[in-house]
Amino acid sequence: MRAFTYERPADVASAMKAASQPGASFIAGGTNLLDLMKIDVEQPTHLVDISRLPLREVGETADGGLRIGALVSNTDLAADQRVRQRYPVLAMALLNGASGQLRNQATAAGNLLQRTRCPYFYDVAMPCNKRQPGSGCAALAGFNRMHAILGASQACIAVHPSDMAVAMAALRAEIEVQTPAGLSRKVPIAELHRLPGQNPERDTTLARGELITAILLPPPPAGRQTYRKVRDRASYAFALVSVAAIVDTADGKIRDARLALGGVAHKPWVPKEAERELVGAAADAGSYEAAARAATREARTYPHNEFKVPLTERLVARTLSDLATGG
Amino acid sequence: MAQVIGQAIDRIDGRAKVTGAAAYAADNRAERMAFGSIVTATIACGHVTSIDANAARRMPGVLLVMTHGNAPKQAPFQAKADDRHARPKPQLASDKVEYFGQPVALVVAETAETARAAASAIVVTYEKAEGAFVLESASGAAYNPGKGPTGAPSDSKLGDFDKAFADASVKIDAIYKTPYQAHAMMEPHASLASWQDGKLTVTSSLQLVESAHKSIADTLKLEPDKVEVISEYVGGGFGGKLPVFGDAILAALAARELNRPVRVALTRQQMFHVTTHRPASIQRVRLGAERDGTLSAIAHQSLAQSARADEFAEPIVFSTRSLYAAPNRMTSQRIAALDLPVADSMRAPGEAIGLLAVEQAMDELAVRLDMDPLELRLRNEPKEDPEKKVPFSTRALVPCLQEGARRFGWDKRQARPGQVRDGNWLLGMGVAAAIRGNFLREAEARVTMESERHAVVEMDMTDIGTGSYTVFAQIAAELLDLPVENIKVKLGHSSYPDTPGSGGSFGASSCGAALHDACTKLKAKLAKGEGAQGLSVTGSVKPGDDYKRYSQYAYGAHFAEVGIEQTTGEVRLRRMLGVFAAGRILNPKTAHSQLIGGMIWGLGSALHEDAVLDPRLGAFVTQDLVHYHVPVHADVPQVEAVLLDEFDAHANVLGSKGVGELGICGAGAAVANAVYNACGARVRDYPITLDKVLPALTRRQG
Ligand SMILES: Cc1cc2nc3c(=O)[nH]c(=O)nc-3n(C[C@H](O)[C@H](O)[C@H](O)COP(=O)(O)OP(=O)(O)OC[C@H]3O[C@@H](n4cnc5c(N)ncnc54)[C@H](O)[C@@H]3O)c2cc1C
Ligand code: SF4
Repeated sequence: MRAFTYERPADVASAMKAASQPGASFIAGGTNLLDLMKIDVEQPTHLVDISRLPLREVGETADGGLRIGALVSNTDLAADQRVRQRYPVLAMALLNGASGQLRNQATAAGNLLQRTRCPYFYDVAMPCNKRQPGSGCAALAGFNRMHAILGASQACIAVHPSDMAVAMAALRAEIEVQTPAGLSRKVPIAELHRLPGQNPERDTTLARGELITAILLPPPPAGRQTYRKVRDRASYAFALVSVAAIVDTADGKIRDARLALGGVAHKPWVPKEAERELVGAAADAGSYEAAARAATREARTYPHNEFKVPLTERLVARTLSDLATGG
Repeated sequence: MAQVIGQAIDRIDGRAKVTGAAAYAADNRAERMAFGSIVTATIACGHVTSIDANAARRMPGVLLVMTHGNAPKQAPFQAKADDRHARPKPQLASDKVEYFGQPVALVVAETAETARAAASAIVVTYEKAEGAFVLESASGAAYNPGKGPTGAPSDSKLGDFDKAFADASVKIDAIYKTPYQAHAMMEPHASLASWQDGKLTVTSSLQLVESAHKSIADTLKLEPDKVEVISEYVGGGFGGKLPVFGDAILAALAARELNRPVRVALTRQQMFHVTTHRPASIQRVRLGAERDGTLSAIAHQSLAQSARADEFAEPIVFSTRSLYAAPNRMTSQRIAALDLPVADSMRAPGEAIGLLAVEQAMDELAVRLDMDPLELRLRNEPKEDPEKKVPFSTRALVPCLQEGARRFGWDKRQARPGQVRDGNWLLGMGVAAAIRGNFLREAEARVTMESERHAVVEMDMTDIGTGSYTVFAQIAAELLDLPVENIKVKLGHSSYPDTPGSGGSFGASSCGAALHDACTKLKAKLAKGEGAQGLSVTGSVKPGDDYKRYSQYAYGAHFAEVGIEQTTGEVRLRRMLGVFAAGRILNPKTAHSQLIGGMIWGLGSALHEDAVLDPRLGAFVTQDLVHYHVPVHADVPQVEAVLLDEFDAHANVLGSKGVGELGICGAGAAVANAVYNACGARVRDYPITLDKVLPALTRRQG
């Protein structure tokens, strides 16, 4: 832990200004940041507490979607009637994450920006390119049971741990960002998180000092939605693999399908090819299995996580089939 | 005399605990208290070459940086001693690093935050040496640790195992592996030390106050009467607070240097290396039987990690010597010294992991015999202790199995895996036996009448969450014929009469028997007409010959039902039942809590717990409760413990046996056997995570 200064601005403009100083970091619920500060993984010198900013509303948008304020708590978001009715995949994903106490404190933006749970990232005595660029990736030849099978690099094989973000990826959410220059821009969720490449220290495409103000959900897609998380215990564990799925079927055919996978990559992973194969295909086991195989076609495994490939395939096929049959 | 012993009364310390009035070690405050933060080694083996603490020393509020360069001289470490927990525990004694996470410096500051920040600012450089970290590769270096703490030899032999096994009609020969485990008790270790007029007081979180008192006094080379150790409330111990660690010694040293009270608390992350763990084990079990299930040969061999820095031999095979009848048998335990943190006792050392192997092997044998695994156990019930050749003081394994089977609905179990479904889940049931050695230790207790109707009980015993305060109040209330509310129980001060403390499930019986003696003597004095006011009597107990003349164990039977998600291999408990007999039960409520707590831990051993070692670093990479999994509420939908009536006249005057560890013994094996029964996956490498179950599911589904 390092010494830091602290302020709690009352409006977005002062928050942006405060965050422009070197070493500054926003803090929302603090459930991830404070843990990381205590163990020296994050070392901000100035905390800008945004928890009192007026970003706590869930509102309707003109196009029939929802605008979720950055500071809406995970609990409130999961309990919102509109979310539960129109975006059940999101409510399910939220309720599959963390614990009741944490969800009360955790915010929507903080959840998106939570850092990996790779164990080596958590001990400053161990090599980790994400924490300390150039120090090496201890997971590559180490304990990598939880790690990525898709989109990883030799520099980092960590996974993004969020459940909520996986549902949002399937829902094609957009992230509303305030830039230090005072401009607002929108980032499709698929472009928010990065693949590690040679710069695993950067989780997202956000620039320094940028503030997430809201998450925009487009109108709910047609079809049934579900979120299925596979984990080592019944609750309070990060996903080994998870899937958010939205499938629309008619006359024995799949009209539309949206998928996102958690626990497999450095970001919520949208298996585009699997989605493409599903659209227009017969709503039967053969199509689901083919899509499942397509989802892992590019998979690359490490000594402890080989099981994730069959697990992902089985999970995707089963989830699709359950959705289509109303199970 | 009203019957109070055996009543299910609420904990007398419950209110203080739930309202926060009970002060745990780190809750204690002292005037001018300063805060210490430990810096730990980031290599597993080698030497500290330099410590740059300049930046830390310059930080405002930093009072002291202690390293091996300036640490006060302390008594040397002793490799062997009668009481391993009473040995000196010198800290920062040299530049040598013997395990990852070993304390290498202490920073003391005006605030906890400053201390921690300064600790982060210290730069330690090392010269690394080669170390050995992998148990699998260490079998060549395995050695015989000699007799265990109870005097039991590490090897035993009866009849001709090799021949009987070779001739057996049906055999099992399997290797089981259990991982490193962390105690992960709720309260991290912490100590507050202060000095007054040359006398040291250490308030800490401990199981054994007397041993800690000696350890601290000897380490600092102080006369025993110059040290007071206090441990009134302990937030879980499980063996992890048997020893004294750096928090206590460093707090004491720093408090003396600074001439002001110092508190040192470990972080959750530090606990995984600074404190002890349960060693990983590799066990080979061989069983040979007749076609009718009669065992002719039993062999159980174990290899477990021991720290090179401090030997510990987990007594994995001991209970196998008393569990089932068979004329030909052999057991042996070996340990291998690795350059890892110190292994030591964790709840039911030995049985907790030994039964994970033996009781799964019994299930495998039953499958091979095409026999009900419960029936197999009934068939091999011994008439006397099969190796010691003495009678059992009590032995209720058979009634426990039978009663459990009846309550659990064992007759509904399908013999073949994969027969029972619930939606997408495959269901299965498993059974396993519980056995846990019963011990009595020398103890003393003092009872003092504060008035005609009020008494005070004093012992240096601890209550580590088990209910000691409550059962002692019950014992004194019954014997003195007073209401429980009129008994004040004072525990956890080294100035009180000596007890063995909490460990090995011997606390309640040993201390309870000493208290019984004190109360009986006190009553006799009262009867002779001595005035009550201020009357004080010390009673005691010593283990007698009955511990040699009888084989003393507590027993039980575990039943588990699990579901396996067919697509993912996720294993989830549905329900669990344990039926136990452990002598007279002093308080069914606190005993029940102990038993279900143990059973849940057994569930964790079967499915979750795994302190993952990185063999390149010689370090555990699971360093918090996100990465180190224990069962959470959702994992334990239904767990029940039933106690059979029993009184063990050979155990002690109360007829009671320990219950603190019995619940974990065998519980995990019942779960493992249920996994097999559900889906046909025989996982011998604990914990049974879904990646180990999936192959069996893919095979089933073709
Ligand atoms: C024990 C445990 C178990 C957990 N289990 C799960 C789980 O199963 N599934 C799951 O999905 N999550 C899980 N979590 C993670 C939890 O969901 C996150 O910690 C939480 O969502 C983070 O939200 P926060 O508001 O507390 O973020 P903070 O800790 O306050 O911030 C996290 C990061 O986001 C940045 N930030 C926050 N808000 C903004 C903003 N508006 N704009 C720009 N940057 C911002 C901060 O600077 C910081 O870098 C778990 C956490 C814990 C501690
Ligand atoms: S996987 Fe990424 S986070 Fe983990 S050790 Fe490697 S670089 Fe660090």
